[in-house]
Amino acid sequence: MDIHALQQIVHKTRDARRKQTIPKFSPEDRDQLIHKYHPDFRASAYRPIKFGPNEGDKTVVELATLLEGDSSIQDHVDLSVHYTCDVLVIGGGGAGCAAALHAHGAGAKTILATKLRLGDSNSVMAQGGMQISVAPEDSPVTHFIDTLKGGHMQNDHALLKVMVEEGPSIAKWLLELGVLFDRQADGNLHVKKGGGSSKPRLLTCSDYTGLEIMRVLKDEVINQKIQLLEFAAAIELLSDDEGNCTGAIFKDLDNQRHVVVEAKSIILATGGIGRLHIQGFPTSNHYGATGDGLCLAYRIGAKLDHIDTFQYHPSGAVYPEQLIGALVTEGIRSEGGQLVNAKGERFVNELDTRDVVSSSIIRECEEGRGIRTMSGRVGVWLDTPLLDAEHGPGTLEKHFPAMMLQFERFGIDISKDPVLIYPTLHYQNGGVKIDTNSETNVKNLFVAGEASGGLHGRNRLMGNSLLDLMVFGKRSGLTAAGRAKSTKQGKLTLTHLQRFRAEAKKHGNTSGVISPMILPAYTRKVG
Amino acid sequence: MATDDTQNVIDQPEVLKPRLVTIEIAGKKVDVPEGITVIKAMWYAGIDVVRGVGCLGGFCGACATYYRTKDDPKVRTCLACQTAVQDGMSFTMMPPFPARKATYEIQKLQDPKQDLFNFYPEAPLCRNCNACTEACPQKIDVREGVWKAVFGDFKSVSEMFMDCVMCGMCTPVCIADIAPNLVALYVSRAQGAHFSEKPASLDTRIKEIQDGRFNDEWNKILKMNDKELAQHCATVK
Repeated sequence: MDIHALQQIVHKTRDARRKQTIPKFSPEDRDQLIHKYHPDFRASAYRPIKFGPNEGDKTVVELATLLEGDSSIQDHVDLSVHYTCDVLVIGGGGAGCAAALHAHGAGAKTILATKLRLGDSNSVMAQGGMQISVAPEDSPVTHFIDTLKGGHMQNDHALLKVMVEEGPSIAKWLLELGVLFDRQADGNLHVKKGGGSSKPRLLTCSDYTGLEIMRVLKDEVINQKIQLLEFAAAIELLSDDEGNCTGAIFKDLDNQRHVVVEAKSIILATGGIGRLHIQGFPTSNHYGATGDGLCLAYRIGAKLDHIDTFQYHPSGAVYPEQLIGALVTEGIRSEGGQLVNAKGERFVNELDTRDVVSSSIIRECEEGRGIRTMSGRVGVWLDTPLLDAEHGPGTLEKHFPAMMLQFERFGIDISKDPVLIYPTLHYQNGGVKIDTNSETNVKNLFVAGEASGGLHGRNRLMGNSLLDLMVFGKRSGLTAAGRAKSTKQGKLTLTHLQRFRAEAKKHGNTSGVISPMILPAYTRKVG
Repeated sequence: MATDDTQNVIDQPEVLKPRLVTIEIAGKKVDVPEGITVIKAMWYAGIDVVRGVGCLGGFCGACATYYRTKDDPKVRTCLACQTAVQDGMSFTMMPPFPARKATYEIQKLQDPKQDLFNFYPEAPLCRNCNACTEACPQKIDVREGVWKAVFGDFKSVSEMFMDCVMCGMCTPVCIADIAPNLVALYVSRAQGAHFSEKPASLDTRIKEIQDGRFNDEWNKILKMNDKELAQHCATVK
């Protein structure tokens, strides 16, 4: 059928739906729903990791294979040093920039290396906002509780307390750097309500929050003259005889040469795994989200946490084809956008946590109440015109310019027609286990941002990622810089790699897979 | 599952029978399925792309591309991840352009509106050709923004350029050698750091945390066992 004919049911039922309130699930119903429909519970997609720090722990097959993968580095590779620094930051997104700026600000000689350009990351795409308890009726404690509920009570309490308490000072830092957060008429920060939150707490820059923060942080990294190594992909870490991290080997993607960097501390801020397309899901993630940091950290002996749980953002575009996987920001639901099945019915409280909303969409589709496309995809409607109906014409244009433009490019006016959506692979809830200074169990190896694990439990609350990046970027940067003063540069060896290879051999791992992946293989090979 | 296979299925004839169209990538003719994005067309043609792909979501500006449609002399600009190919289209990616970015300590500026002319002395030399505005894939009125910056209306500039993905396509076309996106970035940061109100309630909250206003509540919560904590959480709606 013509898409406009199928959309009629959304238009027809709009007025009736507006008056309807849908209660949130009881904890029991919610658990039942998630266990039945959430992709984290699809047992066939999982297997135990054969060896290494997380031996026996289950994760998705795609990730397990990469974690067990071999290094591209040969045993007798030349480790002559090209660059020396106090703090080596690997990754140029939000956590990497925050880490580099704070390490540099604390007087450390800092290098920021990234496999694409400075700023290429998921951070730049964050639209929904940043959770910080600035409103008088809100508090860091309430932020803590909301996050804990969202994370199924599995969050690391110490990490979480640090994040919520440092939030307000992070907002101040960003404002001083010139970030233009939305304001109320009285000059105070405007806060929006996010899914799974009991209080309005999202700071926003219209629907360009991540972009605005990243424009400013990138500019600041350049202004501070922090040394950059762009198009340099980390392919192996280096360790001394005691197993402490002492540097990294990069591949320069322009000329394929190795670049060896020695550092007193190394901060991995390499982001997530969306481009592994686990369980065949499309993804909202950027080109480089291939979980490189997890592989590097795992080989050198760092323990991972919660790596069996991933976030599928409820609203990834399903139509048109060109936008498959692209995010339709949660902000639309925060402002009252409703989810509607093929029968014109709502089926979930749209402001429930992401895992609940995603599971309920999958349920609707599996039970035949979805709308299918000829390319074999399925989804439900997100009633975007409802926002203009509810808050007046021009609401979408004013509050969601990025969304409007993205669909307009393909001839779709989301203020007139609903959008077809289905969950898209969005975020890695777990990652490398860290302490409150962002350090791993491998000395002098820090991890910040999405690559780290523990903070978000089994489901990250909307808006907590941008804050995570800033808080743990800062803490890793400051701790690493502080340590540089009292530490001597350790030797550069591949002892950890020899140990890892011996273990792989013992477990008969002969998959031949080389990790990290660096970039996904999208190029069509012919013949 | 669905009761009727034809019900609730969106028509997509282009997906069922993808029509191959002929396009030119950097001057070379290739056949690709109609309607895929410019980036995907490059992958389809077997081209490995390292420089030129970033977020794949229209936010990072990495994939700035020049293109022309069939028989049209006009060379246009687009983000390659956000644009569909059509028959006869010809495109090439924009190489990194060596624009000069001024460096500054944003917080230490004494007179940001005047400093603009020190950092970007070329900014007031705009000759109104409007090429920057035409080049902007985000539909920003770039020329107007440059003038507003020069006349000190930093607030308007910061609002107009909130959509800017820093692709830099406004820069190579400028006959006065202005890099409008960099000018706007400076202006927007100055607006935020120097000309925006300080949010009073934020300072209050920071002080409350420093003074330990929430300590009692923390102590209560952090002492709870899992069950007590779960019960407590259930009371927060």
